[in-house]
Amino acid sequence: MSMNSKSKAWWRELLVPVVAVLVGLAIGAVFMLFTGANPLDAYRALLSGCFGSPVNLSETIVYVTPLICTGLSIAVAFRAGLFNIGAEGQMIVGMLASAIVGYALTGLPRIIHLPLTILSGMVAGGLWAAVPGYLKARFGVHEVVNSIMMNYIALYFSHYLVNGPIKDPNLASPYSPEIADAAKLWRFVGGHGSEFRVNSGIIIAIVAAILIYRLLYKTTKGYEIRAVGLNPEAARYAGIDVSTAMARSMLIAGSMAGLAGAIQVCGIQYKFLDLFAFEGFGFDGIAVALLAKGNPYGILAAASLFGVLNRGSQMMQLLARVPKETAGIIQASVVFLVAAEGIVEGWLPIRRMAKLDVAGKEETR
Amino acid sequence: MKSLNRVLVILLAVGMLVGCAFSGFAAPAPKVGIVFDIGGLGDQSFNDSAYVGLQRLANELGHGTRYVESNTPSDYEPNLASLAREGYDVVWGIGFLMADAVQKVAKQFPNTKFGIIDHGYSEEEYRAIPNVLGILYKEHEGSFLVGVLAALTTQTNTVGFVGGMDIPVIHRFEAGYKAGVWKTNPKMNVIVNYSGVFDDPGKGKSVADSMFRGRKADVVFHAAGSTGIGVIRAAEDHGKWAIGVDSDQNHLAPNNVLNSMIKRVDVGVFEGTKMLLKPGFTGRTVVLGLRENAVGLAPEKSNRASASATAKALEWAKIIARGEYVVPEFPADADKLYKK
Repeated sequence: MSMNSKSKAWWRELLVPVVAVLVGLAIGAVFMLFTGANPLDAYRALLSGCFGSPVNLSETIVYVTPLICTGLSIAVAFRAGLFNIGAEGQMIVGMLASAIVGYALTGLPRIIHLPLTILSGMVAGGLWAAVPGYLKARFGVHEVVNSIMMNYIALYFSHYLVNGPIKDPNLASPYSPEIADAAKLWRFVGGHGSEFRVNSGIIIAIVAAILIYRLLYKTTKGYEIRAVGLNPEAARYAGIDVSTAMARSMLIAGSMAGLAGAIQVCGIQYKFLDLFAFEGFGFDGIAVALLAKGNPYGILAAASLFGVLNRGSQMMQLLARVPKETAGIIQASVVFLVAAEGIVEGWLPIRRMAKLDVAGKEETR
Repeated sequence: MKSLNRVLVILLAVGMLVGCAFSGFAAPAPKVGIVFDIGGLGDQSFNDSAYVGLQRLANELGHGTRYVESNTPSDYEPNLASLAREGYDVVWGIGFLMADAVQKVAKQFPNTKFGIIDHGYSEEEYRAIPNVLGILYKEHEGSFLVGVLAALTTQTNTVGFVGGMDIPVIHRFEAGYKAGVWKTNPKMNVIVNYSGVFDDPGKGKSVADSMFRGRKADVVFHAAGSTGIGVIRAAEDHGKWAIGVDSDQNHLAPNNVLNSMIKRVDVGVFEGTKMLLKPGFTGRTVVLGLRENAVGLAPEKSNRASASATAKALEWAKIIARGEYVVPEFPADADKLYKK
């Protein structure tokens, strides 16, 4: 009986996001019809543009990788009841730190330089997140406001650095120098200049998801974080140090966003490129975490969907002349429906079944 | 039924004729694709001007064209590569932000030609990417002309300049503008402010407000993207003059935009594509200025300067185009023209 209900619950958990995605695609199709595009062509372009050739598949993975990390970042903080809007900024400082450690140190062997470069990005992201985390834990300052502001500080600070102290003096454009080869992640096909940009960063991201899952669900520290997220007062009463748990979750959240930045620098860009606006990985991470309901394994799937849609929005423009905003409409519809899961459940026979379940139990009692 | 048949026959005949006409061309028309940066289409300025160039390639030369707008800076590289992979003969990156991406992708696709607006690589770099054309503009030449207009319009002997980010391309606007002002009247005050952003009209407005109110400027030239829209709004509020940039911005405030420094990105894309498609092309930078009609004043209908001021500016335009006067490119050189 318990086995049966458990598998049913799992099935139910999955049903809502899947229906939300399908409805999101349908809503996107309606908007495409408005703009005069053919939705079938567009979705064919999306599929072939994301999976149609080895290069396209490689690019899709490149788009998915940072979203796994930022999704994990938001999920970890969310488990402690905190809303980390600052993943964007934490990722920027992660990119900065990795770029600086990557180019400033030379002559180190790969086995030292690469881990050091990645770690420095994680540490920088963690410290950046620790500021709003500390202010929240110590003074109760709202982390949403703080972490948003930290995003702007990171963005403009990076402008300053890359137009001044860390600018490559040999180039006219605002870029940092290129990191040492020993600090670059391995590209699976070809060398560092390969058009197959997929690299070992994806493995790091998947390992991170597994570790975060184990941390949250198999360790005491993770249990504390979750308890604080469910009910801080009850957690305090149970003897959990709420401030520490909150600060710890923000630190981990920041290091995950920092990891996203480190992977972008070490695997894709090889340098810090001046940003004129936020890249959006941190903000997309919020949607990814929401769609996955904060489950680290769900994040792998949700990040894949969002990565495919991001890459697909470019390929739909190129192959089917569909405006890039269409993908934004699909993404927003999906997140909207997942957030308002009651709507989707209402469409499905789930609730009735759930009621039957409860009724059945009561009867047996 | 009979009439339907007739229609079908006519359609068939027309179809065959068209088919024959097309098969008459031995070589397929070149395909040109452009990648926009995150600003994208609809900026009424830089990117839209590039799009005009793409349309001219399609309409006047019959090229197949396609464009892609980027969502984030990380899209530049895959978008350029996708166009190359889809068999586009010429691929453009619009804006110097794409300099690094164009360089990388051009190495991966040596048989595709690439162009970039607002960036030039070093000779050493071109050796590795002989398939790339860099287009730079002499913004200082066009800015010189609006500087002349400003100097002949001001009544307070004080004019202003609002830059976006403090970067070399914007310095050229500042240098040319100052030179135009001081070549007309070496004692005039020029107030310079860099707002630090290209996308904050509110900031542009507050900067221009203080120039108009506190510091008695009555003409302000902006080279600050949409930050400059705030400058134009401020000019409207104070009943003073603003000078637009990149495209004709008179429609934003018809009575308060004196003129605009036009930068013809479309000319770069159009002429650049022709250069790239010529056999024997090798990597280099082309600099476009007044002589090439790639920078200059807005059309006469959008000009609010006096006839004498306009005549003076046009006179300078001829002198500069003939190469008889070289407009300074760096603010430090322009500053030497100022006399206390």
